[in-house]
Amino acid sequence: MISLAGRDILHAWGKFVFTGIGLGLLIGVTLVMAGVYRGMVDDGKALLDNSGADLWVVQKDTLGPYAESSSLNDDVYRAILAMPGVAQAANVTYLTMQVRKGESDVRTMVVGIAPGALGATPGWPPYLVAGRQITRGHYEAVADIATGFKLGDRLAIRRNHYTVVGLTRRMVSSSGDPMVFIPLKDAQEAQFLKDNDALWQSRRRTEANPAFNRPGVPGLLDAVIASQSSNAFVNTVLVTLKPGHAPDEVAESIRRWKRLTVYTRAQMEDILVGKLIATSAKQIGMFLVILAIVSAAIVAFIIYSLTMDKIREIAVLKLIGTRNRTIAAMIMQQAIALGVIGFVVGKITATFSAPLFPKYVLLMPFDSIAGFFAVLVICVLASIVAIRMALKVDPAEAIGG
Amino acid sequence: MKKLPLQGRTLALLAVIIPLLVLFIYVGLRSGPLAPVAVTVASVESRAITPALFGIGTVEARYTYKIGPTFAGRVKRLEVHVGDQVKAGQVLGEMEPVDLDDRVRSQESVFKRAEAALREAEARQAYAQTQARRYEQLFAVRSTSEEIVTTKRQELQIADAALSAAREDIARARSDREGLVAQRSNLRLIAPVDGVVAVRDADPGTTIVAGQAVVEVIDPKSLWINVRFHQISASGLAGGLPAHIVLRSRGGQTLKGRVLRVEPKADAVTEETLAKVTFDNKPEPLPPVGELAEVTVDLPALPAAPLIPNAAVQREGDKVGVWQIVDGDLHFSPVKLGASDLNGYVQVREGLKNGDQIVTYSEKALTARSRIHVVDHIPGVSR
Repeated sequence: MISLAGRDILHAWGKFVFTGIGLGLLIGVTLVMAGVYRGMVDDGKALLDNSGADLWVVQKDTLGPYAESSSLNDDVYRAILAMPGVAQAANVTYLTMQVRKGESDVRTMVVGIAPGALGATPGWPPYLVAGRQITRGHYEAVADIATGFKLGDRLAIRRNHYTVVGLTRRMVSSSGDPMVFIPLKDAQEAQFLKDNDALWQSRRRTEANPAFNRPGVPGLLDAVIASQSSNAFVNTVLVTLKPGHAPDEVAESIRRWKRLTVYTRAQMEDILVGKLIATSAKQIGMFLVILAIVSAAIVAFIIYSLTMDKIREIAVLKLIGTRNRTIAAMIMQQAIALGVIGFVVGKITATFSAPLFPKYVLLMPFDSIAGFFAVLVICVLASIVAIRMALKVDPAEAIGG
Repeated sequence: MKKLPLQGRTLALLAVIIPLLVLFIYVGLRSGPLAPVAVTVASVESRAITPALFGIGTVEARYTYKIGPTFAGRVKRLEVHVGDQVKAGQVLGEMEPVDLDDRVRSQESVFKRAEAALREAEARQAYAQTQARRYEQLFAVRSTSEEIVTTKRQELQIADAALSAAREDIARARSDREGLVAQRSNLRLIAPVDGVVAVRDADPGTTIVAGQAVVEVIDPKSLWINVRFHQISASGLAGGLPAHIVLRSRGGQTLKGRVLRVEPKADAVTEETLAKVTFDNKPEPLPPVGELAEVTVDLPALPAAPLIPNAAVQREGDKVGVWQIVDGDLHFSPVKLGASDLNGYVQVREGLKNGDQIVTYSEKALTARSRIHVVDHIPGVSR
């Protein structure tokens, strides 16, 4: 018994393989699109994982710190540390800004991390790929590798210069901006500090106010200006729990007794995935659906036209008395072979092109497996149309035509 | 004979399909979640470390002399400007005396008048004394009445009293005058020490309330740095420790200094410990007061103990530890950490021993089930 499909493929193998590769590129694009969607969701989850927190304490009635702005006094953490079930509580600030890098600048999320016990304090980068963690209380930074900084580079945030002492990886904000970690005190200053012109103008404005600049009270003006140029706020307090305490219970007790809004990990994920990136994720998802439909149509069309090319040969086969089953099997086997080649090429191109994208593309094995079966199903469905055409052909066509 | 071309085609097809399959299998295993995680490994070594503390502060003058009048008044003249060197005792300026000179002159007249009154009282007393003596002698030979003698004695006593009153009047007039002269000289603004004028707050003609400073003089030899250390990283801070000072305006230059004292009062709001650091040698030119400085304080070296890089320390659940490689498998070992230095090394008190292999850097977060692949440096890190 010879394989009709194999014979036919060998007959015009170049055309077959190249059709498969073309199909593969299309499948590759679809897989990458799925990866872009997964990457967006993963960016959000990476943000939560990297913060290392069990609870996020934010300003009352805000969705902070990622989806909305939130500001808390920087001594609130002391009160939270005293709550039962709390192991660690650490202040954190987040500020998305352009960080100057030589001539150009990079868009980053600057994270201010509180000093504390090494390894135990939430908010610190959980792992590094080079260098070391911050040891000085000022003017040191750990940057994500995606910012392009190298160890020893100097980066400028506002008026201060920071030395990059460590590099990390996959530390991104929910919108995929790489993070730069700096000490909390510097970050508070960076959040608040205006440029020098604005400071001078603000001082002059205060001087011009007779309530603050009173001749009989020397020193009042200095005191007022000093109180204007300090920042005692942070965006959130990250809390880790002692073993054996349920996050919901501790969150509820902080909500009740400290009158602050608290989110657990599950709630935070809802906010990030369900609110913050919902529209852009839906946009990508929509695009993915359209791409999948277009791919399916193209696959169907290719298989249909491949069969139509052979319609004369199929008529001859019918003329010599080949069974319908044999002909149908040939077409279906070819379609599946085409699908498999397409999938293999698609997976390879997707894997190699994923790192080239500016944002994170996450190719999940489950997506690949689902994609594989989807391709097979599409191929089988497309071949059914082609088989119907092939079986309807009149054997007389082999002679006439 | 027909088989050969067919075989040729089969070979060609295989030549395309097989590399594709190989590539596919490679892609499937070496990328994505199934791929092994690249890690770098270090072994725990016993070494001595010199911990250090890092803080920032501002240059301040230890002694600032705020010079101003003790009365409300108007500035008459001010001869020094900011940056001028002044000597101890030098007159820097003067307040407007208004009527003080006239009052001194009036006081002089009062004094002279008191002198005249004294002379009059002396004359009266001398006469009274003579009279009293004469009548005493007459009374002794009974040639005058007792009543007259008593009257003369009384006149002498009155003249004595008038004389002491006149003397006291003189003393009072002298003191009043001296007081005014002292006030007059108090209007001069005098430098108490050698120093530099740092601030000139008022110009001639300005009215000043009592106690308000007109000029500020600082002693340049007394410059120090008021340094703030975060309380978490201030253990071991003590007076006398050597320090390295980097002024913000002189980035590459490290100046030597010493911790003078740790302030007994810390800042409770900013959670910082304050300390004063002095320069070993006076920096030339002098840094401006208020300039930002970074200060690194060296603590005494500690005896050798197992050291690990701080990048290796991670948290698993509620435990702090490191990923240890035991027989090629990952194993999370909780550790107790000791002192650390500013170069990123930290002592291990418990949990590891010398020669243990630990993961320093990893491409992604590790779990106990991660497959690892040891490399020299993590791919993507440019060196």
